Amino acid sequence: MYCEECKQKPATVHFTQMFNGKKTEIHLCEECAAKKGVMFLDTDNKFSISNLLGSFFGSGNLNIHEITAPSPSQRCPGCGMRFMDIVQNGKLGCSECYVTFDQQLEPTLRRIHGNSQHVGKIPVHGGKKVLVKKEIERLKQQLQQAVNREEYEKAAEIRDYIKKLEKKLS
Amino acid sequence: MGINDLLNSNFVRWMDAEGSPESDVVISSRVRLARNLRMVPFPHLLDNETGKRCMQEIKNAWQKSTCKELKEMDLITFDQLSFLDRQVLVEKYLISPDHAESDSFFRGLLVNNGGDLAIMLNEEDHLRIQCVLPGLQLGECYRKIQIIDDDLEKNLNFAFDEHRGYLTSCPTNVGTGMRASVMLHLPAISMTVQAKQIFQNISQLGMTVRGLYGEGTEAVGNFFQLSNQITLGQTEEDIISNLTSITMQIVLQERHMRQKIKEQMQDQLEDRVRRAYGILTNAKLITSKEALVLLSDLRLGVDMGIIKNIKPFTLNELIVVIRSAHLQKKVGKELDAVNRDLKRAEVIQEKLLFGKK
Repeated sequence: MYCEECKQKPATVHFTQMFNGKKTEIHLCEECAAKKGVMFLDTDNKFSISNLLGSFFGSGNLNIHEITAPSPSQRCPGCGMRFMDIVQNGKLGCSECYVTFDQQLEPTLRRIHGNSQHVGKIPVHGGKKVLVKKEIERLKQQLQQAVNREEYEKAAEIRDYIKKLEKKLS
Repeated sequence: MGINDLLNSNFVRWMDAEGSPESDVVISSRVRLARNLRMVPFPHLLDNETGKRCMQEIKNAWQKSTCKELKEMDLITFDQLSFLDRQVLVEKYLISPDHAESDSFFRGLLVNNGGDLAIMLNEEDHLRIQCVLPGLQLGECYRKIQIIDDDLEKNLNFAFDEHRGYLTSCPTNVGTGMRASVMLHLPAISMTVQAKQIFQNISQLGMTVRGLYGEGTEAVGNFFQLSNQITLGQTEEDIISNLTSITMQIVLQERHMRQKIKEQMQDQLEDRVRRAYGILTNAKLITSKEALVLLSDLRLGVDMGIIKNIKPFTLNELIVVIRSAHLQKKVGKELDAVNRDLKRAEVIQEKLLFGKK
């Protein structure tokens, strides 16, 4: 969802007003929200559903400035999101965000999954390189075993095959 | 004409539970995979232009597909469906309530005739491939969506990272992108003090328990949804087999408790079941909450042989058709709360009294 005011940036401030039983909703980006005076970011009133999810990103009490301290203005080249937008939304902007904010995401993923390394399915087409890498890892183990058993001929064979695969990767 | 059949009839494949494994306790099994396209903004950032491109890419991959499962599907976008029709799809568990809010041309659904295989398009992720089957069949669900996933991947560039796995819009789904769940009917366990403890233990095992209608809903009528919480750092096979074995333990416990109740409180049990049947077949007005509670009692009675001649299909069908969009679709107009309660009572009586074997 984009900001209703500037229609440029993702809406990260969601404002709901109840008046005489009538509900009005406004969705704004942070800058426009600040201009309009709908500003909660630096007040105590920081609670919303997306913050609840966003709290996965931060530590306990949400302090956005602290989390993004290393590079608060860094934007994802894929979608233009900053890490603080992600924290606000509870959602990433595109697949590139995972690369751009890799370091910041690491503790988040650990907090959610108790883990940060994928061990499941690898796509046959999109994951060709990964599959080759995994194959090389496996062969290297085999190579070591062959050396330990002093089966040098077999070891040489495996070594040649690894070289072939490594060439394929580059 | 798959989508019209799905909208106009009550039938979805998982309702047909006769003979499926552990269907006395497990109503249905569901597995879904979240997939996204590389370098395309996630759905919550799509605008008309990127949304159009995204839909076109998916549509091309679907049309190029040679796999039977995909060829049998129909594509519908939400600009072609009324709000009521989208709600009907929600009540059949084919799309999520959030997804149904949109009437955009770049949000939609690919679905087969039976509704057992479906792909939500541009919900929280670009694609959410799901399979729902009756009884405890998580392995079979996974096998089926694997076929679809593998085939789509030939023509779509899925966002995948060596370390993080399949990349998803919400970090709670990243990795396998897989959520497996079972819908359980646990009247006997719910009667005991153990219930709370069992559910607490489950959450320590990386699983969550929710109500019948999914996220944020309470467990009405002893219907519970159990699903995996963790998607990163476990293989798909491990997730499926963990959930299956935990479910099996719950099934055995539930059966054991049912037997105990039968031995120790036969009359009280029979009374409760008969009262439920009495109200369900005689009420003039009934709310959905009351109906679900009574349907749970009736279901227990059918499973334990107290009430005969009611098919499992009818009981499953009733979970869906008593909901408001289905009632309104049936009448063909919007209904207020009182008229919904009136129509609901009518539908229940029709199904229970005329839906016998």
